[in-house]
Amino acid sequence: MAERKFGWGSRKDNALIGKDIQRIDGVVKCSGKAKYTADFATPGTLIARLLTCKHAHAKLSALDLAIVEKMPGVKAWHQFKEIGAEIKWDGELIAAVAAERADQAEDAIKALEKVVKYEVLEHFVDEADKAGAEAAKRLQKLGRNARSEANKDDVDAGVKKAFADAKVVHKGTYGIVTISHMCLEPHGTHAEWKGDDLDIHMSTQAVSTTPAQFAEGLEIEMSNVTVTADYEGGGFGSKFAAEEWGLATAKMAKQAGKPVRLMLDRATELKVAGTRPSGFAEISIGAAADGTIVAWDSVHWGTAGIAGGGVDVTKLPYVFDFPNRISQQYGLMCNTGPNKAWRAPPHPQLCALTMTAMDDVAAKLGMDSYDLFLKNLSAVTNGREAVYADQMRIAAKEIDWKAKWHKHGDTKGPVKRGLGMALHTWGGGAGACKCTVKIHPDGSVESFVGSQDIGTGTRTVISIVLAETFGLPITGVKVNLGSSKYPASAPSGGSITVGGVSGAHRRAAQTALWQIFDKVQVKYGLESTDGLNAKDGSILNGGDKVCTWKEACSLLGKMPLEVEGTGPKDDKLTSAVVGGVQMADVSVDTETGIVRVHKFVSVQDCGLIIDELTARSQVTGALTMGIAYSLSEERIMDNKTGRYINSDLQNYKLPRIGDIGELVAIMYQPDSEYNRGVIGLGEPPVISPGACLSNAVANAIGVRVPVIPLTPKRVLDALKGARA
Amino acid sequence: MINFEYAQPRTEAEAVEFLQSHGGQTAVLAGGTDLFNLLRSDLIAPKRVVDIKRIDSLKGIQQVSDGLLIGAATTLDEILASPLLSPYHSLRQIADAHHSMQIQAMGTVGGDLCHLPNCWYFRNGYGLLGTVNGESLAADGRNQFHAIFGNRGPAMFVSASRFAPALIAWGAKVRLVGPAPDQVELMPLEYFYVNPKTDKQSVTVLQPGQFVTHVWLPAVEPTSPVEQLSAAYEVLQLEGLDWPLASAAVTLGVSAGIVREAQVVLGHVAPTPWVSLDAATVLMGREVTVELAESAAEAAVAHATPLSENDYKVSIARAAVKRAILKAVDMLNV
Repeated sequence: MAERKFGWGSRKDNALIGKDIQRIDGVVKCSGKAKYTADFATPGTLIARLLTCKHAHAKLSALDLAIVEKMPGVKAWHQFKEIGAEIKWDGELIAAVAAERADQAEDAIKALEKVVKYEVLEHFVDEADKAGAEAAKRLQKLGRNARSEANKDDVDAGVKKAFADAKVVHKGTYGIVTISHMCLEPHGTHAEWKGDDLDIHMSTQAVSTTPAQFAEGLEIEMSNVTVTADYEGGGFGSKFAAEEWGLATAKMAKQAGKPVRLMLDRATELKVAGTRPSGFAEISIGAAADGTIVAWDSVHWGTAGIAGGGVDVTKLPYVFDFPNRISQQYGLMCNTGPNKAWRAPPHPQLCALTMTAMDDVAAKLGMDSYDLFLKNLSAVTNGREAVYADQMRIAAKEIDWKAKWHKHGDTKGPVKRGLGMALHTWGGGAGACKCTVKIHPDGSVESFVGSQDIGTGTRTVISIVLAETFGLPITGVKVNLGSSKYPASAPSGGSITVGGVSGAHRRAAQTALWQIFDKVQVKYGLESTDGLNAKDGSILNGGDKVCTWKEACSLLGKMPLEVEGTGPKDDKLTSAVVGGVQMADVSVDTETGIVRVHKFVSVQDCGLIIDELTARSQVTGALTMGIAYSLSEERIMDNKTGRYINSDLQNYKLPRIGDIGELVAIMYQPDSEYNRGVIGLGEPPVISPGACLSNAVANAIGVRVPVIPLTPKRVLDALKGARA
Repeated sequence: MINFEYAQPRTEAEAVEFLQSHGGQTAVLAGGTDLFNLLRSDLIAPKRVVDIKRIDSLKGIQQVSDGLLIGAATTLDEILASPLLSPYHSLRQIADAHHSMQIQAMGTVGGDLCHLPNCWYFRNGYGLLGTVNGESLAADGRNQFHAIFGNRGPAMFVSASRFAPALIAWGAKVRLVGPAPDQVELMPLEYFYVNPKTDKQSVTVLQPGQFVTHVWLPAVEPTSPVEQLSAAYEVLQLEGLDWPLASAAVTLGVSAGIVREAQVVLGHVAPTPWVSLDAATVLMGREVTVELAESAAEAAVAHATPLSENDYKVSIARAAVKRAILKAVDMLNV
């Protein structure tokens, strides 16, 4: 018998893998049958509301929750902050009240608002103001990252010489502001005690790791906690934790002896549920006459909230590294809500800073931006130079780059058109995953995994892997996920889920299939199992039908066959490191400052693609999210009051369908990529839009709009500045 | 939101009666697209909410001897669908530019005219004038969406009404009833708006117990030798539901290619709709060309007084005026 090896098989033999397959849960989601956390209302469920602080920096000086105890309908309450506690940003949670009806909880919160008192302290919230932060003692000097090939012993001197020898030196200031997490479904929890056992329904990216956080916070045993997440409206990095409001929900449920549900309202969601840190930079680039970049010097600053921090210095410049470079990071400690990993942290900021500055070098040299990026591909650090070149060629053809390209600013009329590009990288290796695949003697198949489908299509992908392996239709397998009682798997973040679950399920399924093949061999007197194959509901031997799938499974006897799958393993089912290139065609109305996206092309690799449709959906979703943060989405802090002044969906501007333009998602999957196995895709396509759209706008108007998002104000201010 | 009484009058007289109680601490409910936000944010706390949607006389558009009467409870969808309004292009353009089926289905003309400012300081609880310790937060704060005209007083917000500029350019009047039982008043819409000097004032002349029942529009005579043209141009950052960064509406009387009458009104640039006589004067007696529209637009913004963060709105207002003029004569090409 030939050695049995895990693998994906030949591309041409796939019945499901790599095809366009609609999500198996699409209908239940669209028809409202899928239950999200806000839909959970087991009998007696109390509704909780929050008291939040309206100061950016203060001390809690008075609050007595006793006044709500006798209020109508109020059954439980919780105080997040003790008297004397320091409040460090607008929106911090102070107290919660659970009542039989929402309006009763709101009345109780109103009563608390009348009695709560704060000692207001000095605040600092201007994330772009490095000098102001220094004056306010809110500036951190953080890491420095330098190297010089010109002078390894004296790096500073080497970098200085490289700049002196460069044909051109470009200096510019760039920035990308803080945005907030904006999942369609806000954070929230439904908690219900059954004796000592706690049932939690919550929108989470981590069903397997969250019970420990509840257990620790509530001082109960981890085995008492079950976390369930059936359907979710996005996570994007903001939903890994039990969170203080989740723990409060469980505590109030205990106090009341009734289930409690607490969902964050949108303003609170924007203020406390996590942000993407800002990045501002002064960048100098030295380049040779042919566009080869030889030197880089950057100072960047930004904030991840009161902790300071910002964008990791070790990753700047991004994707590329240059023979002589210095980068220095500062952090601003702002009285603003905390950072949480935001889809591809912190690559969108790194990309925006690096590739806009590179594009300006092209403008300074009068070069086609395409040629400058191509010229510097030898400096990419992920070894994917040839892939980028190929992706650039494909993207350029799709957007008709060569025909449409013009020198920066070289157009007439008030509405100007321009092209821009950027490229990116991401890891996306498989995360830890354990699953159980169960094959019943009647041929039905089910699986269990403590992973979750945060809206990305994980259920569908697992179904495809199992159905493909067993030669069944996608409806012939039943996938169970989203419970902490299933075999433990990694949180869904960092694009590690698809590799994790597809590898583990393939291993389990192939192992199970081989055991069934062994029984088929005995039953049907075959010489070997080498020629056996499961396809179209049958077991085939060299193409000839031996028996049906059900007949084969009946050989299992009375007990189902249960196989555990784990991963990741070094067996080529999965891999890591991807790249992608994006190009955009935009127009800029120079009288109104409004930017419109005409066409936005993404060429993206992610190894072997399980479901082409879901993959393209990931990309179009990422481009949409990218258009949001590139053109309109931003957190606006009010310096005087210290408050998050646009924490509503009127002023926290997100694009509507008419703002999106034509999105083209090209999945780059030559055999060389297919053969790498599965790699995650969630993050990478959201990285380039900021730089790509900024470069397109710069090409259109001949002026760099330094800070993203490129709002009408910033576009018009930049145009006016250039005229001055 | 605090509890309130809910009243559902069937006649204007009943509405006036209902609005008068509680010392006038009452609110009018039409489409509710602004009122519910205000209630939920506790920015207003009326003791009674009077729903005027069941008053038949306030619904729809009717022809009267000297023009049209638009009921205050007429929805944006009804504006779009009414054949009577087909000569009033600018009004339909405004209704269409809302880009929101929900607002178009629920929102009403009266509600739009009485919409409170969207100023984020007001909406975050710092009062109509957006102050802390008597100091304006917007004056040198986050004022990118605030006024570039009429901002030398304490009010920095911009008037929220989207229809008012176009209606004023048409010479519309508002019909008000109350607060006395038989009190009826018809006033030019331009004079309906107030640039408040204190937090106690509001954005309109409405007194407690008084409300808007109708908008009167002058008739457009199809046989008149002076052709009545109109257009509105709203600069919207987003293609979906969004508030204009600035807008302009024009009404032109054109005879033999020459402008004989002109009204130019800007929106979202001042605490009230902003009538530009300067721009209108530039247009009078001339043939509309791109250059003339640019001159008029320049005149419209020549005396703007932008705040620390909204100089860009001058450019946007200029573009809105130019484009509204060109749109009115079907010469807009962007």
